[in-house]
Order: sequence, then structure tokens, then C-alpha cells
Amino acid sequence: MIPHAPIGEAGTTIANKTGSWRIFIPVYHAELCNGCGTCETFCPEGIVHKREGGDTFTADYDYCKGCGICARECPKGAIEMILEEK
Amino acid sequence: MTGKLESGRKVVEGSYAVAHAAAMCRPDVISAYPITPQTHIVEDLSQFVADGAIDSKYVNVESEFSALSALVGSSAAGARTYSATTSQGLALMHEVLFNAAGMRLPIVMTIVNRSMSAPINIWNDHQDSMAQRDTGWIQLYIEDAQELVDTTVQAYMIGEDPDVSLPVMVCMDGFILSHVFEPVDLLDQEAVDKFLPRFTPVRALDPKNPESFGMFVDPEYYMEFRYLVEQAMDASRPKIEDAARKFKSAFGRYYGGLIDTYETDGAEIILVAMGSLIGTLRDVVDDLRSKGVPVGLLKIRAFRPFPIDEIKKVIADAKVVVVLDKNISLGTGEGAVTTEIKAGLHNTDINVPVLGFVVGIGGRDIPVTTVQRIVEKAKDVARGGTVSAGASEFVDVKHDLISC
Repeated sequence: MIPHAPIGEAGTTIANKTGSWRIFIPVYHAELCNGCGTCETFCPEGIVHKREGGDTFTADYDYCKGCGICARECPKGAIEMILEEK
Repeated sequence: MTGKLESGRKVVEGSYAVAHAAAMCRPDVISAYPITPQTHIVEDLSQFVADGAIDSKYVNVESEFSALSALVGSSAAGARTYSATTSQGLALMHEVLFNAAGMRLPIVMTIVNRSMSAPINIWNDHQDSMAQRDTGWIQLYIEDAQELVDTTVQAYMIGEDPDVSLPVMVCMDGFILSHVFEPVDLLDQEAVDKFLPRFTPVRALDPKNPESFGMFVDPEYYMEFRYLVEQAMDASRPKIEDAARKFKSAFGRYYGGLIDTYETDGAEIILVAMGSLIGTLRDVVDDLRSKGVPVGLLKIRAFRPFPIDEIKKVIADAKVVVVLDKNISLGTGEGAVTTEIKAGLHNTDINVPVLGFVVGIGGRDIPVTTVQRIVEKAKDVARGGTVSAGASEFVDVKHDLISC
């Protein structure tokens, strides 16, 4: 039986790992990163975050769709978009 | 808190009347974006909130898309919600209209009917809401300011019924109703509280029991959800009738349920229309009846769900049906009311000619003389004259202005 409206389990956005949609992968070069956080601000998925115990940034590749906005916006050119071989 | 707004019989602007009625329904959340001719409604409501006269949360937004989106979230969280818009604003909500209905959220929204651009025009016709007829919203069309007040309350009762759980548009003619001052019985808070129960959503967002609303649905299930919306539309039919009857017993006023009729007994010619035009048509019918012309009037109050069974009962014995459409479905050559009545009669044993007339587009006046001319054409058909199978007539089009 379906409910009266499309209502279901919570947390499906976590379960649905959209990283598999990616064609280009952003590679975050920590040595060039100044920790400004522009990439985190601009990420439309909210999946860019600081590396554990550090001041530089990286993406959560389980969910990064490879849109490339972070790379376009990074003022230090520290993010490189590379064709991802699968 | 709402006791600060005065009730009782007052001469007020139609916009104030609807703002007052919406306030009496105690919406938890109001969100709207101003656009002519809806502006006075949302100005009045924001004034009520600023004055502390009502407890509603008024969410300021940057567009109509956001206004309705804010209400989708609020309604999913169990809030009673209200908005108002018109024309381009309603068009901008288009995508969200489907979501509100598909998510089964009983938002109530006043549509102050106005033409669509281009050319830009701020006056009344029904093109804006008629273009949204397939979105899953119940649509009620209103004749005058008092019906508007009373139907606003009924709209919550209908939409929030758990068997329905659908959003409702209450459609009023721009300027003709929104900017005209009329004597109106403004509803009393206690009376409305007694009439309209608090909103109990079928399901609501709850942090203690998290769920996702508006889920992705694959082809295995999608069609079933759309079928459920159609079933809910169908379930709303008796609820619209019930709400009108209950309102009558509580407040003494009645405007019909899905439809209303006027002088239809023994009528050979039946005029069909929606909205404020009904007032003009009542006068025309009175005049013609006094001259012995057997003409009657069918007012469509609910365009969605479309009341074809009720219409069929009224027109079954007539000789001709005249439909006055304040909209045109471009590419069909006629208005949507005409098309839907014709479609509803097909494959039945009712064989009454249906004459369509496109009237009042972009605020073009519809004087009594225009309606009288239309009735003359109908008389000819009633006497056995030929009916053209083609498109509706564009009434009062100034052919001398069109070079071709």
C-alpha cells in the first residue's frame, strides 16, 4: 500500500550516493589551498568540507557530482577537474 | 488576538473583505508577493500582522515561486497556510502548484483573476487560473465580495478534509471584485472558530519521527499517486456541497455548491458562466424573463472538480446552451468551459447544441447589450437554426483594428 502522498523514509539523500553520476572529478591540491573556503561556500551540494585536523578543503566524493563550480571559483587554482576513468 | 479586527456589516473594499476572511481562518503562515490587482489583499494582511491583530507568521519573499514554496514547507509541517496572487505571479508558481497538489497540501490561495502577458494588461479575465486547471488544485469562482468572504472559509473546510487534502484556489475577478467597495458582512472570529475546526493534517513533518515529503517516485508507483489526486478531486465533490450547506446553516448564506442555478426551470436557453459576470447575467435573465423569453442561468462555482453531472441535469431539457468564456485555449478556438461542457455531453443521450462565446478578454467590458445580442443568436438556434460546428465567437472584437 502506498500512502496518500509521496511520503517515505527520511535520509534518502544520504542513501543515494550521487557521486556515481560524476564524469570529471575535482582534485583538491592541499599544497596550493589557502583555506579561504570559497569552494565550500559555492558547492551547490554542500559536500565540500575541511580535511580532518587541517585547514585545507576537499569534497565528499560519495556525493560530489563533478559540476566543477569549486574549481571555477577557487582563487588559488588549487582544484583541478580531471576526467574520471571508471 | 484577532478580536482586534472588527466584524459585522461594513462597506469595505473587496480586497479588505478577503484579507479579513483569511485572517478569521487563523492561518499559521502567510506568504505572498505583491502584484496588481492582488496587492491590497496582502498589504491588508501584512498590516494585520504588523498591528498584532492576528498571530500569523508573515514570510516575506522575493517572488511568487518562493511564496508558494514557503507554504509547501509550512503546510507539510502542519501549518494552515494562505497566499494570494494573480496573472504572471500565478504563472511563476506553476511548478510549485503541481507540487502542492501532488504532496496533498491543503493550501488556500486567492487568485485575483487577471489576463496574461503579452501584451501586458492588468485587467480581468480568467486566463491565469484557467491555464492552471490541470495542476490538481480545486478551483472555485466567485460572484461577489460576500461570496468571496464566505467561500474563503469554506475553502479551508474543503481542502483540509482528510478525504480531500488538496489545495484550493478561490478565484475572484480582478478590479471588478478586488477594488470595488461593497457592503459586506465581515465574519466574527468566534463564529468562524466554531464553524472551522483546527487543521489536522493527514501526515505532517515531525522531528521525532523524521520522514521525507515529496519523494522521488519511479514508474512502478508514479501513476498511482496521480490516480490518488484524481480520486481526491472526486472526493471533494460532496465536500464542496457539504461545506456550502454547513455554511448556510451556520451563517444563513448560500451560493450553490459545485454549481448554482437561476431561473432554469423550463428554460430553453441556458447561459453558463463563472465569476462576477453572473451578476450581469442575472439582470439579463430577469429582463428577458419579464418579456417571456425562457432563459435561465447556470453558474459554475467549482471549475475543478468539473461538475459535469450537475451541469447535465440542468441542461438536459434545454434547447440551447450558451457558454460565456473569459478565457481562450489558444489553438482550439474556444474557451475551456465550452470545451469541457461539449466533452461532457459526448457519448451521452443529451443532444443539446452548445454555443461558445469568448468574452471580456483583458478587461473588455461585457455590457448587458452584448449579452442580449448573444441571446438573440441563441434564440435562432433554439428555433431550429443551424449551429456552426466551428470555434467560439470572439465577442465584440474590433475587426477594424485588425489589418489582414
